[in-house]
Amino acid sequence: MSERVDVRKTYKLYIGGAFPRSESGRTYEVARSDGTFLANAAKASRKDARNAVLAARKGTKAWSSATAYNRGQVLYRIAEVMEGRRPQFVADVQDADGCSPMQAETEVDAAIDRWVWYAGWADKLAQVLGSANPVAGPYFNFSIPEATGVVAAVAPPDASLLGLVSVVAPILVSGNSIVVVPSTTKPLPAITLAECLATSDVPAGVVNILTGDAAEMMPWLAEHADVNAIDLTGVTDDALATELERSAAGTIKRVRRPEAGADWYADPGLSRIRSFVETKTVWHPMGV
Amino acid sequence: MTFEYAPAPESRSIVDIADSYGLFIDGAFVDTIDGAQFKTVNPATEEVLSSITEAGAEDVDRAVRAARRAYEDVWGPMSGRERSKYIYRIARLIQERSRELAVLETLDNGKPIRESRDVDLPLVAAHFFYYAGWADKLEHAGFGPSPRPLGVAAQVIPWNFPLLMLAWKVAPALAGGNTVVLKPAETTPLTALAFADICRQADLPPGVVNILTGAGATGRALVEHPDVDKVAFTGSTEVGRQIMKGVAGTTKRLTLELGGKAANIVFDDAPIDQAIEGIVNGIFFNQGHVCCAGSRLLLQESIADEAIASLQRRLGTLRLGDPMDKNTDVGAINSAAQLERIAELADSGDAEGAMRWTAPCQLPDRGYWFPPTVFTGVTQAHRIAREEIFGPVLSVLTFRTPDEAVEKANNTPYGLSAGIWTEKGSRILWMAARMRAGVVWANTFNRFDPTSPFGGYKESGFGREGGIQGLGPYLNTDTMDYDNAIRIGFGVSEVAR
Repeated sequence: MSERVDVRKTYKLYIGGAFPRSESGRTYEVARSDGTFLANAAKASRKDARNAVLAARKGTKAWSSATAYNRGQVLYRIAEVMEGRRPQFVADVQDADGCSPMQAETEVDAAIDRWVWYAGWADKLAQVLGSANPVAGPYFNFSIPEATGVVAAVAPPDASLLGLVSVVAPILVSGNSIVVVPSTTKPLPAITLAECLATSDVPAGVVNILTGDAAEMMPWLAEHADVNAIDLTGVTDDALATELERSAAGTIKRVRRPEAGADWYADPGLSRIRSFVETKTVWHPMGV
Repeated sequence: MTFEYAPAPESRSIVDIADSYGLFIDGAFVDTIDGAQFKTVNPATEEVLSSITEAGAEDVDRAVRAARRAYEDVWGPMSGRERSKYIYRIARLIQERSRELAVLETLDNGKPIRESRDVDLPLVAAHFFYYAGWADKLEHAGFGPSPRPLGVAAQVIPWNFPLLMLAWKVAPALAGGNTVVLKPAETTPLTALAFADICRQADLPPGVVNILTGAGATGRALVEHPDVDKVAFTGSTEVGRQIMKGVAGTTKRLTLELGGKAANIVFDDAPIDQAIEGIVNGIFFNQGHVCCAGSRLLLQESIADEAIASLQRRLGTLRLGDPMDKNTDVGAINSAAQLERIAELADSGDAEGAMRWTAPCQLPDRGYWFPPTVFTGVTQAHRIAREEIFGPVLSVLTFRTPDEAVEKANNTPYGLSAGIWTEKGSRILWMAARMRAGVVWANTFNRFDPTSPFGGYKESGFGREGGIQGLGPYLNTDTMDYDNAIRIGFGVSEVAR
């Protein structure tokens, strides 16, 4: 009896809750760390990026108006679904990073735990970042954090899973949607993550994943008038980062600058969440 | 019937304006190295008030170096408790000299003395008083256990609230342990120069606050100086864009408070008399030279005619004229250039088919004046509904349903403020949640307080001024920079101060 031939996966993009190929029809070869062929990944184009922004705008409407409790549960659900597919993530990370099984397990566990950590923040942010303000007059005055809107992000080139989750989760927790370019050379854990997102009650369009070349797509996203913020964490080319920040000035986008050599295992703190929230202050007179 | 008012002018004898001013660098007024001189005028009379120095690039460098030295040697290492007392001193000095400062502000800016006396100056003092108390409590502000200063802050402010904008910038910067180089607007430098004298009276260490007068070129040289750690700008969105491009690729922190085109939304159940007062205050306060002005009035269709009639009746009672007169409601436009811009945009309203109504009032012969103006029949495509006019010009649009009001209110690249008028509490909160704006005034408008964060969504900028949120932009909370803090002389115990 002949050995069974395995069924291999076609790796596609993740846009608006669906898994389309790149409209450009392009793919690129992804190799293991030892150079052997692993898969072909979709190479997203400028048009794909624009479609993703369209989906993300719809996504943030539903997501930011969901209750904080609901968002927290959905983010926690992502951790639950990932836990169920832990062996696949370990295999993906091992293939991508060429690390030992134990190192891969450590990264996957940290990534799952990171979702749990951020899930808990969803219904606490307003209390920690918001305030009741004692103005000098007969007014009730309070400030609350709100989502910035659509964020375009570049995940770090290393830590193909943990780095990606560490960029995506803090953007989502306040109600933003995201268009993210994962590690170009190690994109497959991102697509496995997309399969978890698609089955975790994350509304369509809230997360959009574009595999390919950040240097090709980001200039369009940094200029795009319907993108509210850009996260350049994973941009390693200084000249590109500067150019993107300059483009972002066109519509006064919020910019988080590159962060080379970040320790993804460290306590993330609130810094990333703060980068992508707005403070809204509401006044009302008091009287009878 | 109409009432005649006897003139009630405030005396200007309380101010002593010098013929010319140098630059305030390292604790003293000095002559420019490579700059020039320009005149500042009273916009209500076109009288020249003084000759002001336009700082050159070398002056900027000298001021930044003074600020750096003061940061490293004195202000950065000083305990929060001691810093706090200096800032309290400043608050008290402003209270003591508030009459003088109010008169100076009105002479240089053109705003009614009633506003500079009753709004600007009390808020200026309150702002310093509020942030003074933060200086020794930073570790309790929620930015981590050991927030540190950023270093030298370059601050560029506009002409509409000259001293108040200075307070919004300088107070949180000093509380956080930063030193400051501030450039006031070219048309309103006098109160910033008076503030330099207050720093002297407070015995503030030299170099902690430096004041560089000048125009756009001075501002550009300042924000692009390589030894600046933090840039804060309030002004037009266009200049904000240029500054953002200028700091791209550096490690400078940036906050921007830019333009606005706020919707002031009035529902049919609103308390109409209160709403009319709010509309008037929303757009004609400070001659409409307010970035958060309620410049787009959205009236529910069923009450539109009645509200417009009431509004016009009320505007007929506004008194326009001598800003130094205590009865004056509407003062002078700040400059000839601004007057031209307002007139050009108002003309576009005529050209595009909106209907202009002008308040019946006599304009003085000299100075820069524009009468309160209301455009009805405005569509969302009109320039007067899209562009910031920054003058006493109100554009009126209508809506039928709450959803339509939300859609129209948010249909702008700006997002600084919004107003909501209705008696229904649930509708206020429903509307407030949907406004893409940083400040929402419900059944009130144009209220400000040092404890209340102010700042925009979208192209109105980012970062907040005021409140606990206003401290963040002046603090370094990144663990990555910890080593740098040690290197420039902060001991470990001091880092936690």
